[in-house]
Amino acid sequence: MNAAETLTTDHSKAVADGSHTHGTGPGFAIPAKSRAERPTSFEPADFPMPTGREEDWRFTPLARLGTALDDVPVDRTAEWSVNPIPAGVSITQIEGADAQLRAVRAPSDRAGAIASARAVRNLLLAVAPGTVVPRPVEIEIAGVGGAVRGHLTAEVGDGAEVTVILTYTGEVELSEFVSIEIAPRARVNLVIIDECASETVHLQDIVVRVGRDAHLRASLVTLGSGLARTNTSVMLSGEGAELDLFGLYFADSGQHIENRVFVDHIAPRCRSRVAFKGALAGQTARTVWIGDVLIRAAAEGTDTYELNRNLLLTEGARADSVPNLEIETGEIAGAGHASATGRFDDEQMFYLQSRGIPEDEARRMVVRGFFADLVRQIGVASVEQGLMRAIDRELGVAHE
Amino acid sequence: MSTLEIRGLKVSVDTKEGTKPILRGVDLTIKSGETHAIMGPNGSGKSTLAYSLAGHPKYKVTDGSVTLDGQDVLAMKVDERARAGLFLAMQYPVEVPGVSVSNFLRTAKTAVAGEAPKLRTWIKEVKEAMDNLKMDPAFAERNVNEGFSGGEKKRHEILQMELLAPKFAILDETDSGLDIDALRVVSEGVNRAKAATGAGVLLITHYTRILRYIDADFVHVFVDGQIAEQGGPELADSLEAEGYDRFLAKA
Ligand SMILES: Nc1ncnc2c1ncn2[C@@H]1O[C@H](COP(=O)(O)OP(=O)(O)O)[C@@H](O)[C@H]1O
Ligand SMILES: [Mg+2]
Repeated sequence: MNAAETLTTDHSKAVADGSHTHGTGPGFAIPAKSRAERPTSFEPADFPMPTGREEDWRFTPLARLGTALDDVPVDRTAEWSVNPIPAGVSITQIEGADAQLRAVRAPSDRAGAIASARAVRNLLLAVAPGTVVPRPVEIEIAGVGGAVRGHLTAEVGDGAEVTVILTYTGEVELSEFVSIEIAPRARVNLVIIDECASETVHLQDIVVRVGRDAHLRASLVTLGSGLARTNTSVMLSGEGAELDLFGLYFADSGQHIENRVFVDHIAPRCRSRVAFKGALAGQTARTVWIGDVLIRAAAEGTDTYELNRNLLLTEGARADSVPNLEIETGEIAGAGHASATGRFDDEQMFYLQSRGIPEDEARRMVVRGFFADLVRQIGVASVEQGLMRAIDRELGVAHE
Repeated sequence: MSTLEIRGLKVSVDTKEGTKPILRGVDLTIKSGETHAIMGPNGSGKSTLAYSLAGHPKYKVTDGSVTLDGQDVLAMKVDERARAGLFLAMQYPVEVPGVSVSNFLRTAKTAVAGEAPKLRTWIKEVKEAMDNLKMDPAFAERNVNEGFSGGEKKRHEILQMELLAPKFAILDETDSGLDIDALRVVSEGVNRAKAATGAGVLLITHYTRILRYIDADFVHVFVDGQIAEQGGPELADSLEAEGYDRFLAKA
């Protein structure tokens, strides 16, 4: 594709440099301070009401958040449905105080703190140590209007293996705090799919701790919601922990899709790969990707790479992409990032059309092709196939 | 028997400095089964002619006509031209990330033929055509042109010519960047496709070398956006000996 703006950096030879940032051009932020210093708390009052000038709120249209930043009680819940729960997996309701005690870390912004504090229901999904769950745990969360707050806890025991698919549908103003503990040697494949109606506001503050030699594969798919903002923080806190984090989004006119990723390399010899790809179609389609990676002083032998690519299908759409890498040790195996936002490639279209393929189908092939390598990484066949169909539908909507 | 007729074709390209006229009136008639070589120096407008026939949006036709059996080609969209029977083997084939060769070929064949090919015979046909072009079967699962060497891209173009069976094929410098073995393999592919379908071929080239493997019935010397001279195969021999200087001096 024609990269309008490309940034690729290889930090494998980088020296220790406490506040490593890139560039000062448009779209690049120089954080006021290290990611390590950002406060976390369960107390909403610890986070003043954002004005929109804060580093972590400056891209978000605050006026469209509804009541998500208001610290007031709510009484609604979304409808949960779960496929028959496989043996070794349990889903139970717990007290709010218990949920907060179990959290791997407190929320890092006001929305997350309120989501937990005002949660009507606190659910705990637990996978017993050593259990290899034979089929995915599929949970559908359907919004039926109103303001909903939730705190979801997941704990995967030592050496367990599980795939969890969370699908969000319906219309709702939903703000959630999600804490996931992955014990040593466990392997988790987490797929989160947002297919909510266009009136939906969906905020998620996801915090994951990955233990020694454990592996998290996570795919965040955002096709729906009018405003979707996902904070994903992953702490690689046990030696040899691994993260493969994928994101796929498709924004139409009127949609704001924001992904904020924070990969925290705490322990030595961990590996992280982050790849987000988005397509934007329509005048007011808007996406934001922030990719913060912190390699702490103790995280020797870190191997990290993050990538964001955006495909602008029409005029007017806008994608912001801000990679940021902080390196506090010189002893790393590799660290790099790439960010590119490009227009839809007319040469690819011409090539396909010159073989008789009609315009609509050619466009579908190019966009499917853009996402194909990511989709193949999800590792759940039914999700992969469903996604390709969903992308086709998005294209149908975008070009009607 | 089909006829591709180009009359008084003038084409401009939009550049940052404004509209730049490139083709300055091209007349050419090609019939089924004929091979016309178009030879000319770099920058003379050969690719512009090829792209204009295929309908590339960058090239604006300002005058003239192109018809295929009387049908107005210039009024057709790019994909319609291909379905009408035109094929362009590109000088610089385009990479299409994430789209496999096998998916691409099947989709193109379905579009051109108007119906999906029977799966079993199609797979066999593709495999044979790839064998003939000495292409590794693993190619089918690679992404279109991604990471292909120059020679692999050209084989892939001719593979498409064989499978899509056009009425007229425009081959834009299919010979450039090929070593002698690859040139022979690719040329044989063109000859096979021609023998099988009776297609007319417009063979665009800078060098005479490919004419040792593909017989041209007519040779046109292309200079400065126009045909400067035409003749039979003997014209290619004189170009081989003298180069283009004679024409450039005149122009
Ligand atoms: N897309 C384009 N933009 C600007 N100039 C072009 C473009 N395509 C062709 N030209 C110009 O038109 C002339 C003919 O180019 P081309 O048709 O590629 O020649 P050839 O194939 O014979 O080498 C050249 O001067 C070239 O620079
Ligand atoms: Mg050329």
